[in-house]
Amino acid sequence: MKELYSHHEIQQRAILIRRHVVKMAFEGKTSHVGSSLSCVDLLSALYFRIMTIDPQNWNEANVDRFILSKGHGVMAWFATLAERGFFSTETLKEYAQDGGRLAEHPSHGLLPGIKVSTGSLGHGLSVGLGMALAKKMDQSPSRIFVLLSDGECNEGSVWEAAMYATHHKLDNLIALIDYNKIQAMGRSNEVNALEPLRDKWRAFGWAVEEINGHNLDEILKSLEHLPFQSGKPSIVVAHTVLGKGVSFMEDDLLWHYQVPSEIQVKQALEELKSP
Amino acid sequence: MRNAFIQKLMELAEHERDLILLTGDLGFKVLDKFRDKYPKRFFNIGVAEANMASIAAGLALEGKRPFMYSIATFATMRCYEQIRNDICFHKANVKIVSVGGGYSYGPNGPSHHALTDIAIMRALPEMTVISPGDPIEAACATQAAYHYPGPVYIRLGRSNEPVIHPKDLKFEVGKGIIVQEGEDIALISTGNMLETVVSVSKSLSSLGLSVRVVSLHTVKPLDEQLLKDCFTNFPAIFTIEEHSIIGGLGSALLEFAVQNDFNHSKLKCIAVPDHTIHETGSHDYLKKICGLSPEQIVERIQKTMKELHLC
Ligand SMILES: Cc1ncc(C[n+]2csc(CCOP(=O)(O)OP(=O)(O)O)c2C)c(N)n1
Repeated sequence: MKELYSHHEIQQRAILIRRHVVKMAFEGKTSHVGSSLSCVDLLSALYFRIMTIDPQNWNEANVDRFILSKGHGVMAWFATLAERGFFSTETLKEYAQDGGRLAEHPSHGLLPGIKVSTGSLGHGLSVGLGMALAKKMDQSPSRIFVLLSDGECNEGSVWEAAMYATHHKLDNLIALIDYNKIQAMGRSNEVNALEPLRDKWRAFGWAVEEINGHNLDEILKSLEHLPFQSGKPSIVVAHTVLGKGVSFMEDDLLWHYQVPSEIQVKQALEELKSP
Repeated sequence: MRNAFIQKLMELAEHERDLILLTGDLGFKVLDKFRDKYPKRFFNIGVAEANMASIAAGLALEGKRPFMYSIATFATMRCYEQIRNDICFHKANVKIVSVGGGYSYGPNGPSHHALTDIAIMRALPEMTVISPGDPIEAACATQAAYHYPGPVYIRLGRSNEPVIHPKDLKFEVGKGIIVQEGEDIALISTGNMLETVVSVSKSLSSLGLSVRVVSLHTVKPLDEQLLKDCFTNFPAIFTIEEHSIIGGLGSALLEFAVQNDFNHSKLKCIAVPDHTIHETGSHDYLKKICGLSPEQIVERIQKTMKELHLC
């Protein structure tokens, strides 16, 4: 079931995924291109190496689950699923088009691989917790991966889940934070006192690792020894950059919202080439 | 509508020192000018709507006059008990302003579609519910809500609604606006459907019907006098809204008719069916799926009028 993709191959796919994202934002005329680009390396590591998945039997009881709790990063997820063979890359053209199956936030039931609808921040970790509990009850090897954004950690529900996952020793629950340090109205730590983020999670009883979320070596090194500690939920605080991979989008709040122009798409695709 | 809202709020803030604006990390470029001019009276609470609603209650209980702002789903559903217990139980002077009523956030998907917000807000004791029909009404509603005691919910559309009313519009909370007078049928609209309803009335007029068009911006409390007049003098009344058929304007009018012994069979409700649309699409596309395009509404009204032998 588990194919091995080489290091190089995963990096190549990440580039392809970023190219899809830029094109989707342009064709769909939607926001959130920056939010999608910041989590591409995490997603490609998960889908091409870390998670036990089977695109043909994606909902089978013993394969791993993924929830995109930061639902607005959905272009990156759609593109990853397409690259990994859950559906064709042709399908990506439906993004944000009338009658399409790909909305600006994930909707379940329309495409393989998407089990949980999101879009309102602060739900995914609790849903994932419920799924992790069910898997423990069933003694299933399936693990639940949940990708959150930093702004999302403003929501109280995130911390309710954080506390309760520890209470049940859910070491089959893995959270990843796409810590790009920007949220919708400004820099995350200027909006709210997020830091020290790592200590907060640790205080809630999670096994924490802090990594560079764009360095594939670091991502794999960390996620290849899950759970970080037996009997504890794991969390990766991944330092990332909004708009990663397209120089003029990087670390700029504007690219949470802006739709790239034709010239900007061209420029972006020029930058997003195989090394 | 959101620009009309913030412009009016800026004007009010100049003299009203207790006016405070809270946001749930939304309003990039829209609220910026308020933040820049009144940094001490602006709080981005972060992505934490429940926290925001309770904080607003606390501020109000100490004499401040907070407005809280978010997308309609998050501003009402994410923090419903906070609104009920902390704001409404205490009759706290909090104004909840939301953007994205109905399907205005089209391709964003169902998480962003606000189709039951009027229903749940209307059900709360003490809550006043206003759903402005154009940018002029939005500005008027902002000003009126500020001076109106107790909790008020203002449901805005998004950003590109056309201006329908004259600038010097007379606006009062709880008083509907007759946009156009007529005799054969009454169309009662709330919120961002007004543009569609005006276009529907034009089509019906050209078919020979004399149409009264009402913008019933305040869904709670209802304009009883105006509704009495409609039920007494019109053979057919249609409510038209971009909201679920359950619990919105149509339901409110049915409750009114039944409780006041008016002939409720005169009333037909045009609204969003009881469903969730998972596929994506533009605002107009999604309205069409629900039978809410101008052409579909005209057809539906004509059919009903024939069934009632009124044309
Ligand atoms: C409950 C809720 N409130 C508000 C929003 C609107 N919203 C979408 S993205 C976002 C914040 C974006 O910042 P962050 O969460 O850090 O994600 P990033 O794009 O930086 O990855 C907000 C407030 C939402 N989707 N859900």
